[in-house]
Amino acid sequence: MSKLNKDARYPVTMTLNGEEVTGHAEPRMLLSDFLTHEIGITSCHVGCEHGVCGACTVIVDGTVMRGCLTLAVQADGTTVETAESLASKDGKLSELQLAFKKHHGLQCGYCTTGILMSLTAYLEENPKPTEEELRDMLSGHLCRCTGYVGIVKAVLDYCENSTE
Amino acid sequence: MKPKAFDYLKVSSAEEAVVALAQGGEDARIIAGGLSLMPMLNFRLAEPSILIDISKVDSLNYIREADGHVEIGAATRQADLMRWDGLADKLPLVNAALPYVGHYQTRAKGTVCGSLSHADPSSELPLCLAVLEGEVDLQSTNGKRTIPADQFQTGMLSTAKQAGEMITAARYPTAKDGCGYAFTEMAQRRGDFAIVALAAIASAKSIKLGIGGVADRPTVREWDLLEGDALNNALNEFAWDLGGYDDIHATARYRRELVRRLGRRVIEEAKTCRS
Repeated sequence: MSKLNKDARYPVTMTLNGEEVTGHAEPRMLLSDFLTHEIGITSCHVGCEHGVCGACTVIVDGTVMRGCLTLAVQADGTTVETAESLASKDGKLSELQLAFKKHHGLQCGYCTTGILMSLTAYLEENPKPTEEELRDMLSGHLCRCTGYVGIVKAVLDYCENSTE
Repeated sequence: MKPKAFDYLKVSSAEEAVVALAQGGEDARIIAGGLSLMPMLNFRLAEPSILIDISKVDSLNYIREADGHVEIGAATRQADLMRWDGLADKLPLVNAALPYVGHYQTRAKGTVCGSLSHADPSSELPLCLAVLEGEVDLQSTNGKRTIPADQFQTGMLSTAKQAGEMITAARYPTAKDGCGYAFTEMAQRRGDFAIVALAAIASAKSIKLGIGGVADRPTVREWDLLEGDALNNALNEFAWDLGGYDDIHATARYRRELVRRLGRRVIEEAKTCRS
């Protein structure tokens, strides 16, 4: 690969939630800004922009990562999943999303999309976490509405009763 | 905030990376996982002219056991090490420390060598390297050199790595028969920066304690097998020698108290898990 110039914009193509999309990015553009401003999705929320709050968490090539600590040019040629991938095309919520709704796992919803993407990756590795394991994993996200109680209940209920 | 503009080069080998580093001059920076560097860029605490991305260099992505140590390549992620089969057996101290390194979400992309390179005084992986007396491999266009852990980190966020050099690997010595290893830390939340991090090794003859988060770098001290008041006195002296600092999370006094109390606890734990 040749060097990308700081003042130029480069095409970035990725498979986003199953569809190929292309936008343009300077080397310094964050993946979170690229997804929001270039592509126009609304689920990659920017909270702190230094990797602490977890609101921008997305899955890139199967690995969970902070959108604000990833460059758009690094995601060129990758497969990216965001919270838009969770519900079906007709708007029917996934079982995990329904569990969040049932247990009041969200209020303002700002942190929720990132948490859902973390869970999507985490529950693949560990489908039946204990509450302690789950709370440890959730320590990578800040939620100021729920006190995490509803989130924990939602996930444990989902893990117990999911038919997916 | 957003990073200041920089050039970007994704490389496919360490050789290519060091050439780019040499051409880029003092402001060129290596990026692997980016979990430490990207926040610095977003805050504009670092303003590199060029970022050289080694995250996709396959030859730097490995965990290899040989000659009494485990060698970890510069592109190897913390989560890869955590999933490595031999971890609990070969590197029990690192195995105990890794769950404290950031969060599930940051370990997925953050690298072991990136943490060493960032050299935060409260980081767990540099502390483990210091206590185990590991080494760091550096490479530049002038060649390669190896630096022992106690000479690598030279202060807060500073290392012996010169401009034009990159870390290619780190070596953590494997567990020795008859030794026990223990790790603990105090932080505001699990995964946050440690207020004090402690790593202990107990052998049949001695105890070794490493402290992070109090001085400007991981600090290690070794004693004979002390017990009771003698151990308390040694820990107290160690705590005062480290000094400590006040910040928004804790006072220097509280940090010293943690060294005294948790120091005792982590040493006892290391003694009980001697093999």
